[in-house]
Amino acid sequence: MWKLRDMISPFYAWKRAFEKPFTIRKPLVERDGPPLYRGFHTNDLGKCIGCGSCEEICQNAAIDMRRAEGIEPAHGDSGLRPAIDYGRCCWCALCVDICPTASLGMSNKYNWISDTGEDWAFTPGVDDGGWNEDELGYTRAECAWLLDPAGQKMPVVGADERRKNFEEMALGYGGDSAMKEAVRCLDCGLCVEACPTHMDVPAYIRAIRDGDLDEGLRLLYDTNPFSESCGRICTAKCQDACALGHLGEPIMIRWLKRYITDNTLDSRYEVLGIEKRARRTGRKIAVVGAGPSGLTAAFYLARFGHAVTVFERSEKPGGMLRTGIPDYRLPADVLQREIDVILDSGVELRCGVDIGKDTTVSKLRQEYDAVYISVGAQEGSSMPIEGIDLPRVLVGVDLLARIAAGERPSLGESVAVIGGGNTAMDVCRSAVRLGADKVTVLYRRTEKEMPANAEEIEEAREEGVEFEFLVSPVKITEKGDKLDVECQRMRLGEPDDSGRRRPVPIDGSEFTVTVDTCVMAVGQQVEGSFATATGVKVTRWNTFHVDGDTLVTDTEGVFAGGDCETGPDDAIRAIASGKKAAWFINEYLGRDG
Amino acid sequence: MIGANGHKDPRHPFWAERPRYDLESEKYLKIWQGPQHPGVTGNMALELVVEGDIVVDCRVHVGYLHRGFEKLMERRKYINCFPIVCRICVPEPDYNEYLFAAATEELAGIEIPERAKWIRAITLELARIASLTMGLGGQAGAFGLGTIGQWCLVHRDYVLDLFEELSGHRIYHMYILPGGVRHDLTPGFAERTEAVLRKVEKLMDDVQKVLFDNAVIKARTNGLGVIPYDWIDPFGIVGTNARGAGGTRDVRRDYPYLVYDRLDFDVITGDRSDVYGRSLLRRAEILMACGLVRQMLRGMPAGPVRTKLPNPLHWRIPAGETYVRAESGRGEMGYLMVSDGSGYPRRVHVRGPSYTHAMALFEELVRGVSIADIGGLMASLQTCPPEIER
Repeated sequence: MWKLRDMISPFYAWKRAFEKPFTIRKPLVERDGPPLYRGFHTNDLGKCIGCGSCEEICQNAAIDMRRAEGIEPAHGDSGLRPAIDYGRCCWCALCVDICPTASLGMSNKYNWISDTGEDWAFTPGVDDGGWNEDELGYTRAECAWLLDPAGQKMPVVGADERRKNFEEMALGYGGDSAMKEAVRCLDCGLCVEACPTHMDVPAYIRAIRDGDLDEGLRLLYDTNPFSESCGRICTAKCQDACALGHLGEPIMIRWLKRYITDNTLDSRYEVLGIEKRARRTGRKIAVVGAGPSGLTAAFYLARFGHAVTVFERSEKPGGMLRTGIPDYRLPADVLQREIDVILDSGVELRCGVDIGKDTTVSKLRQEYDAVYISVGAQEGSSMPIEGIDLPRVLVGVDLLARIAAGERPSLGESVAVIGGGNTAMDVCRSAVRLGADKVTVLYRRTEKEMPANAEEIEEAREEGVEFEFLVSPVKITEKGDKLDVECQRMRLGEPDDSGRRRPVPIDGSEFTVTVDTCVMAVGQQVEGSFATATGVKVTRWNTFHVDGDTLVTDTEGVFAGGDCETGPDDAIRAIASGKKAAWFINEYLGRDG
Repeated sequence: MIGANGHKDPRHPFWAERPRYDLESEKYLKIWQGPQHPGVTGNMALELVVEGDIVVDCRVHVGYLHRGFEKLMERRKYINCFPIVCRICVPEPDYNEYLFAAATEELAGIEIPERAKWIRAITLELARIASLTMGLGGQAGAFGLGTIGQWCLVHRDYVLDLFEELSGHRIYHMYILPGGVRHDLTPGFAERTEAVLRKVEKLMDDVQKVLFDNAVIKARTNGLGVIPYDWIDPFGIVGTNARGAGGTRDVRRDYPYLVYDRLDFDVITGDRSDVYGRSLLRRAEILMACGLVRQMLRGMPAGPVRTKLPNPLHWRIPAGETYVRAESGRGEMGYLMVSDGSGYPRRVHVRGPSYTHAMALFEELVRGVSIADIGGLMASLQTCPPEIER
């Protein structure tokens, strides 16, 4: 059974003695890892926003978000940086794969000797282990990013169709889109800080994911009784701060908010427990102005159990939400049903009361325990140029108010809109809907500096609005039944206080635009006559002078907030002021609520 | 040389019978072997009853490596399970990565790109080469031929060099994940792989001369640990152990997955089911895997390697249950995954081939074997304790 070959063959092993050894002679020779080696972490601190997604995905709980020396929290940056416990890390690099800003990476280094145990918690980028500048190491391939950069598109009415009327153009998410969008959220919470009223965005997005829209609605109303309106027209500072916005589209937070309110219409009163509550504290508060700020304050004060009376000069409540925003963005019935919720929770509304004529702030102060002034900044600004008072030179906010009241004024065939803010966008798009064929927006800086939302600029373009940048009117003259708007070209100079580059006129560049109507949408201001008549201390812009933390004016028991305190701003800032005022009025009244 | 006592009682299956030995008689001696010992990588203990140097009874004790992977997975999001499954088995982490990913994809209804399937199959075959080469070295080492053990480990390291290049890491690659693979093959990977395959093939020539054409090895392994054909089903024997015993089961052919239905290969079966025969079979498996890798590197299409998944932090997988399997170096390995519709697996059961091989089968095979041959017998079953204890 044994063969001679089996006796001899094993000696073949000796052949190896004459071959090159497999092993290297000096085992301690330094050896780089492979180019894709997942070694110690690196972090580009300039890119890192401290969103904590790495901490969230780490399956070993090796990552801890910590304050790092020299890093301050900022808008869209928590100020925290990941500290990695190398006693727990398993080098899977999921933290690198999920990082929404691609700031995390991994170096090529795998050897590190330290005497102290504290060194195990290492903050890459801040602490220096000698590999921060390592060129090699794991960087995620494009396909390896775990997040989806594309947001769900909002279905909208086509541009040709929407030119014809003031019907709402955004149709709202369906359940599938809302779920897909909600799943994209990282739960990092940078948006909560960015929102002026600090809505708990991750929580209500979670409610969408859980299919519990009632809970979502409750969360919305915890911080914002105008959630339905904000779900349509909010400037969405949260989306600017969204971690996903760095390498992709931010979460469409506004549309998700709208999805919750749109789909809980029938159960709203029941879920929120809206009923005429007993005014159990016996305290009476007057709110002047039924805009977003005043009504928000009234809603939360009523929740505290106070008796709130809101005085409104015009016939209908809503303030700029009603008069300043056209129906195609915020339908009047949507606004009305939202205001009804506020009024039905025990707020008394008196329309047609002009404070200053019918009664005064000081009288209110005697009658009520506290007064909150939130009259807004409704007066349109104009420009100090010749021809500004011609009949066919209109003021943007006034025009919008007329449209909101149901009027459909004819603006003629061609319209020039002066300004670059959201009001200018509302005006130019309304002009299209009023039948103007040629609508031109004249703005003195470039598109980059425009304060209007990029989305609105885009939609205006779709509707056929034309834009002329670096142009400012210098003189308007009447020529038959047309207007000659004489303009001057500008160039950008040094940055001004707001950080935007200041427009500088170019001499000899004048040209003339001939239009039927010219609308000035160059800003708003507080009505000076009202502000000074209240007797409360005002600034030189006629805004009320308040303590920034508590909204207290110099007059005892009188608070002021919203646009009449900040100057013209967006709805969410006004709502935030209202919520803050409610809190501090309650504090002022001895926390009865 | 199988179990020494007869299996007479028809009421019980023969393996359930456990004879009693009178240790007071001084005829028998109870000794413990392990949990550290030469037969296997990892820890398991053998409680042996010996008569002289012949084993008459054995109980296998495991539990030294229990890390509770299956339970851990129930509390981790799907994506968080991916870095831990590879740690279930040191020599063959890729099968775990693949099976976890495949089970997840099946439940979630995800189709992965074509190229990703090819790359996955390449890594699985490379893992087979690495694992079986090391196993062959261990087999030789267990019979005192340490030189071959060294050669084999070096060649496993050559394969690990490829993994290091491909995935960044040598042992726990964390390369195959739900949705595809982490990234594409690196430039020049095919050439370097070819060079390594040639080295491995040359090694197999050497191993043939030194290990298999070897009078001592033949003397020691002939008739050692013979698995009868009719044990295959009762013991759940799979892989090379079953094919050595005359079985023809191979998941790659019976239930083709990835791209195996497009590859040209024959299931290799052996004609002798002792330690020698199984080792010879593994040598043939290594050579076959080399051929398969070549086929795949030539035939693979270009394209993306990864499907975009939903945000892994909130990824919920529809309720369902699935069992996926693959032919690992040791035989059929399977993952049973149950989802209750949440973001966490409700249950993941890992069916590793070592469980039956190293416990029930080994206890039966070891009877009548001399103490010196226990290590070689364990190695021939490709026992891997970490995989027994998930």
